Amino acid sequence: MRAERELELRKPSDDASGASRVDGAVGTATPHDSAVLHVNGRAAYTDDIPEPRGLLHAAFGVSTQAHARIRGMDLSRVEAAPGVVAVITACDVPGPNNYGAVIADDPILAEDEVVYAGQPVFAVAATTVDAARRAARLADIDYEPLEAILDPETALERESFVLPSTQLARGDADTAIANAPHRLTGTARVGGQDQFYLEGQISIAIPREGGDLFLYSSTQHPGEIQHAVAKALGLEQKDVTVECRRMGGAFGGKESQPALIACTAAILAQRTGRPVKLRLDRDADMIITGKRHDFVSQYEVGFDDTGRILGIRYNHASRCGASADLSGAVNDRAMFHSDNAYFLEHAAIDSHRCKTHTVSNTAFRGFGGPQGMFACEQVVDDIARHLGRDPVDVRRVNFYGTDSRNVTPYGQVIEDNIIAEIVDQLETSADYRDRRREIEAWNANSPILKRGIALTPVKFGISFTATHLNQAGALVNVYTDGTVQLNHGGTEMGQGLFVKVAQVVAETLQIDLSRIRCTASDTSKVPNASATAASAGSDLNGMAARNAAEKIKRRLTGFAAEHYGCDEHEVRFDNNHVHVGDQTLTFAELVHAAYMARVSLSAQGFYKTPKIDYDKTTLTGRPFYYFAYGAACTEVVIDTLTGENRMTRVDILHDCGRSLNPAVDLGQVEGGFIQGAGWLTTEELWWNPRGDLKTHAPATYKIPCASDLPPDFRVTLLESSENREDTIYKSKAVGEPPLMLGLSVFHAIRDAVAACSADPARAPELEAPATPEHVLDAVMLARGDARV
Amino acid sequence: MGDAVNRTLRFLHDGDIVEIDGAAPTRTVLQWLREDRMRCGTKEGCAEGDCGACMVVVASLNEDATALDYRAINSCIQFLPTLHGKELITVENLSPATGPLHPVQQALVDCHGSQCGFCTPGFVMTLFAMYKSGAPEARSDIDDALAGNLCRCTGYRPIIDAARRMVTLERPAGRHAQPHGAATNDAERSAIETLRALNDDTALHTESSKGTFAAPTEVDAFARLYAAEPNRRILAGGTDVGLWVTKDYRDIDDVLYIGNVEALRDISVTDTVIDVGAAVTFTELMPVLLDEYPELTDLFRRWASPPIRNAATLGGNIANGSPIGDSMPALIALGTRVLLRHDHDTREIDLESLYIDYQVNDLQPGEFVKRIRIPRRRPGQLVASYKLSKRFDQDISAVCAAFSAQVENGQTQHIRIAYGGVAGVPKRALATEAALNDRPFDEATVHAAMAVLDEDFSPLTDMRASADYRATATRNLLYRFFAEATGLGATDVYTYAR
Repeated sequence: MRAERELELRKPSDDASGASRVDGAVGTATPHDSAVLHVNGRAAYTDDIPEPRGLLHAAFGVSTQAHARIRGMDLSRVEAAPGVVAVITACDVPGPNNYGAVIADDPILAEDEVVYAGQPVFAVAATTVDAARRAARLADIDYEPLEAILDPETALERESFVLPSTQLARGDADTAIANAPHRLTGTARVGGQDQFYLEGQISIAIPREGGDLFLYSSTQHPGEIQHAVAKALGLEQKDVTVECRRMGGAFGGKESQPALIACTAAILAQRTGRPVKLRLDRDADMIITGKRHDFVSQYEVGFDDTGRILGIRYNHASRCGASADLSGAVNDRAMFHSDNAYFLEHAAIDSHRCKTHTVSNTAFRGFGGPQGMFACEQVVDDIARHLGRDPVDVRRVNFYGTDSRNVTPYGQVIEDNIIAEIVDQLETSADYRDRRREIEAWNANSPILKRGIALTPVKFGISFTATHLNQAGALVNVYTDGTVQLNHGGTEMGQGLFVKVAQVVAETLQIDLSRIRCTASDTSKVPNASATAASAGSDLNGMAARNAAEKIKRRLTGFAAEHYGCDEHEVRFDNNHVHVGDQTLTFAELVHAAYMARVSLSAQGFYKTPKIDYDKTTLTGRPFYYFAYGAACTEVVIDTLTGENRMTRVDILHDCGRSLNPAVDLGQVEGGFIQGAGWLTTEELWWNPRGDLKTHAPATYKIPCASDLPPDFRVTLLESSENREDTIYKSKAVGEPPLMLGLSVFHAIRDAVAACSADPARAPELEAPATPEHVLDAVMLARGDARV
Repeated sequence: MGDAVNRTLRFLHDGDIVEIDGAAPTRTVLQWLREDRMRCGTKEGCAEGDCGACMVVVASLNEDATALDYRAINSCIQFLPTLHGKELITVENLSPATGPLHPVQQALVDCHGSQCGFCTPGFVMTLFAMYKSGAPEARSDIDDALAGNLCRCTGYRPIIDAARRMVTLERPAGRHAQPHGAATNDAERSAIETLRALNDDTALHTESSKGTFAAPTEVDAFARLYAAEPNRRILAGGTDVGLWVTKDYRDIDDVLYIGNVEALRDISVTDTVIDVGAAVTFTELMPVLLDEYPELTDLFRRWASPPIRNAATLGGNIANGSPIGDSMPALIALGTRVLLRHDHDTREIDLESLYIDYQVNDLQPGEFVKRIRIPRRRPGQLVASYKLSKRFDQDISAVCAAFSAQVENGQTQHIRIAYGGVAGVPKRALATEAALNDRPFDEATVHAAMAVLDEDFSPLTDMRASADYRATATRNLLYRFFAEATGLGATDVYTYAR
C-alpha cells in the first residue's frame, strides 16, 4: 500500500522546479478521464448506448462437435421460433466468408466442416435477446464426427500445424551444449488464459443510407473491423464507419476477435435492413472466442559451473487452435522472449504452431512473450537447483551485458539494459537474502506448510513485430472558445490511454486537462489506425497527438507574432496563457483572434516509430524500438497435504521510463502483476475428452479475487528513470510488461515445492497453473511418493 | 389461498413506488433495470452471480420495521417479484449525473480504483452496502465483503484502499451519504414509511402470460398451495434457480416464493438445537451458527460470496442437495436433522438421509423443507471443516470435508465425517468412521483410516479436479483434522498468509 501514499504526495500542479503547471500536465497522477463516469454509472459501454428504433438482437448457433462434417442442417424450428426475423448460414455471407486478418482461414460461419466445439454455424436475429438465444438452441444439425486433435502434444506428433514451423538460431547450440561442463533437459508446461474482460464481446450494426453502415464495436481495432465488415458485406471501406468510445476491458481479446461479432451483426443488418445488436453472454464469449496459447516447451541446455548458459535449444509447441489468427506473431514473440533478460550466445529456438480442434487462440497481454519467458525462467531455475546455487545468482551471471554480451539471438543490440540495477535494488529493498535464509530455517521445522521465495526479472520488447503497424494518427480540433476535442487511432480499454494522450496535448498546448475532451475512436476521424496493442498505445498515439497539437501551436505562434508584432520566439505558451512579447492573453483569446484571422484550428498528426527494421523471413534485425524492464520478488506458502498456496509478500520494482501518469502506470503494474499471478495459479482452462471447454464462466474459471492480493504488497516505479530513446516525454510502454512479473509467483511456489525434496538438485515437476492439484502432484513427486 | 391477495408488484426505486402488473415470474431485476427502466449503470458480466458487475442494494425493513437493512445482491439472478415491499437502490441513486459524488464513489476516484470501469458500479454498490452497515477496516474483512466482485484490471489494491478511505471523506447532503450509525434522516424515514405501507401482509400473487408468482406470507397457506400444486417451482434465494433461467433458458411457469413466509424466517436457539427456518439466509444464519461453532467460520466465510449469502437460504441449499454444496458436509457431521412438511403433515429425518442419489432426494411431491435443526455443541466436541478449491474466495469445492468427534482418554468417540465433491450426494464416510471410533486417536489409526476412505468414496474427474486429486485430498484432509487437533500442524496457508 506504499505506492498509493507516494502518489498522494505528488499533487497535480507540483513540479520539481516549482513553476506553475497546467492541471493534468504530463507526469501528474491525474485520474482516469472517465473516473467520475465509471463510479456514477454514466460511462456508456456499447450495450448501454440508447437502442435505435427497430433494433434486432442476434445470437449464434454453435457446433456441438470438436471436429465433424456437417451432413445436413435443419433450421426450420429456429426460423419458426417466436420473434425470429432472420437466420443466416455461411451461404448468406455476401462477400468472402472470412474474417481472418492475417490468413483467410477463419470462416464467419462454418461451411461444411466444424473445427471446434462452439464454432458458430448459423446466426439468428430476433426481436428480443431472449428470443434470439432460445431460437439458436433449436437447430437440428446432422454431424459426421471426424477425429479431433485436442492438445498441442498430439498435434505436434501428427504434425498438425496452422502455420509452418519456424527456427531462430544463432551460433552453434548443439556443439555448445555438447561441450558444456553441465547439461540438463526438461519440459516447461504452461496453460492458456481467458482474457475475462468484464464486458463481453458486442457489436451493433446500423444501416444508414445508400447501403452504408455504421457500427459500434467493443474493439481494440476499429480499423480492422471496418475493413473486415466491408469485405464480408461486399462493400468498400468508405462505406463502413466504426466507433468505440470505451471497452470494459480487452487484454488482447478484442484485437482480432470482434471482427466475427461485427461481421455477423453487419450481415444480419444488411439482410434485414434493421439495426442488429450481437452481444455474447459470458459462456458464449468464453466458448466462441480465443484465449492465450498454452505452451509445451522442451529444452536442452549446456552451462558452466557458475550456471552461465553456454548453449540452449528450445522446442516450443503452442496450442493455436483451429486457425492461424494472430498465432504467427504470437509465436514469433514467444521466440523473441525465450531469452527473457539473458544472453544466449548459442541458441536454437524451434517453434511449432499446433493446430488443434479447439477455439483459435489469439492475443492476450504479452502476446507470446510470457510463454517464451516462462520456459526461459524454468531453465534458469533448473540450472540453479542442479548446481545448488541461489537462482538469483544464476540469473545474474546470465544477464545481458551493457557493452558486450548484449546482442539478442535475433541480432538486436540491446542499448538500454538496466536489468542488473533493477534486480540489485530490489534484492536489497526486498531483503531477499536474509529472508531466504529465514525461510530455509523455518521450513526445516514445518512438516506440512512450506514457504518459498523467488526473484525474477522482466525484459520486454516494445513495438509491433509487424513493422508496418508501428504508425499512428491523431486529430486535434480547437474550438473558438479555446477548448479542444482530441481524437486518435488508439482505443480506451481501461488502460488510461485517453487521459495520457490528453495530458500530452494539455502539456503541449499549455491548457488545463479539463479543456480537452477525448472523443470516441472513430474510423472516420483517424483512418487505418493500428490495433491498440503491443503496449504501444501511448508511445504511438501520444506522439501523433503531440504532432497535431504542435502544428496548431505553430500556426498560433506564427499568427500571434504577426498579429501582435513580435518575433516568434517571443511567443510563449504557459499555463492557459500565451505571452506575446510583453502582452499576455488567455489561450482562448488567442484562439478566438486566430479564428477571426482565418487560421486553421484543426490538425492531423502522424507518427511512425523510428529505427525499427526487421526481416521477418529470417527473424532477425531490430524488431523492438526499446525494452521495458522490471523485477518482482514473491514469497509464498504452500500446504503439502492439499497443494493450496498463497502469496505472503510481494515486492515489485518496475521501469516506466519518465512516467506520463504515475497513477495510471502504477495501476498497470499492479493489475498486470495480479493478472500474471492468476494465469500461473488459479486460472485453468479445462476441456473434457469430447473437446468441450468446461471452464466457460466465472463459476468454473477463477480469476483473482480481492483476497488474492498479497497481504504485503510493495510496488515501486523506478525513480529517475527515463527512456533512452526519444519516446513521448521519455516515457516507457507499460501495458504488457508487468504481467510477466507474475512469473515470480510461480517460481516462489516452485521453490516451496523444492523444499519438500530430499534431493535439492532435483527440478520440481510443477506445471502451470499451479492449482492445488498441480502443486500437490509436484510435492508428491518431489517426495518420491507414488502419484496416486 | 385464504389470504388477501395482491396482484400488483410494488417496490420502491428512485424514491417512487414502482407498480408492475403482469410481471413475468422469472424476469430478472437486471433485465428490468436495463431493458424496461433504461437504467444502464448496472451491468451484466456473467448472468450467474459470480462477478458482481450487476450489484444493486436492496433495502428492507428490519424486524420491528423501524429501520432499513441494506444488502448487496446480484440483480442478474434475482427475480423481479422478489422485490415486493422492498427498496431497490442502484448506482444512479447515489449521486446526480453532475454533482457531488457519494463518499464511496469519491474514494474510488481518489484511489484510482477504476480502470475499464465496467465492474465499478458493482463495486460501488458493494461498498455502499458496507458503508451503510458498518464498514470494516481489517483487510480480511474487506476482502470478504468484496468477494462477490471481480475486477480484471486493477489487482484490487486501490479498491481496498477506497474501502478504508470512504468513511473518512466529507459527506454531501442527501439520504444515501449517511453512514452506518448516523441518525435516520427525513428521506430515509419517508422510505421506511412507504415500505411499511407496502408490507401490509397480503400475499403477492402475480399473473402473466409467462406464468404466475405466488408469495404467501403464512406457512399454512404456503403448505396448502404447494400440496395442491406440487409442480410449482419453490423459489428461495434464487441463487441456483436463477441460473436455470439465465444460463439454461429453462421455462419456469409457476413460482412459489418462500422468502415472504414470516414463520420460516426465524432462528430459535433451544437447549438442544439451533432451529433454523428454511427461508433464513446465510447472512442471517452465520452469526448464530458461528457463535456456536467458531471452527466453521472460514467455511461459511468462503460459502459463495456476501451477495449470494444475502439472498441464498439454508433451506434452499439443503433442498437443492447439490453434491458440491458446502454447508451439507458440516451440517451432516454435526448431526443435523430436517423437518419436512407436506400440507398438514410433518416428519423429521436425518439430513444425510434426505439425499438418495445424484439430484434425487427423499422429498415427496408437494413436500418441502420447513426447518433445519442443528444440534448445540457438546462439551469437548472437536469440529472442523475444510474446503479445497482453486481460488480461496467464491469458488466451488473440489472437495469439502467436515469432522465432528470427541476424544476421551485418548480414544476417538462419536466421530462423524462427511464429504462433498467426492460422491453424487453429500455423504457420510461410514466405513472410515468405524475405523476410527473407539480406537486411539493417534497417527497409526488415522493412517489406517485414511486408506478406508477409498471404500467410502469414489470421486470423479471434472474441471475442478481429477479423481486422483480428490481421492488423495480426501485422505489428507482427515490427516489435517488429526494434525490440527493434536498440534502437529497448527494452521492452513490462508490463516498463515493473513
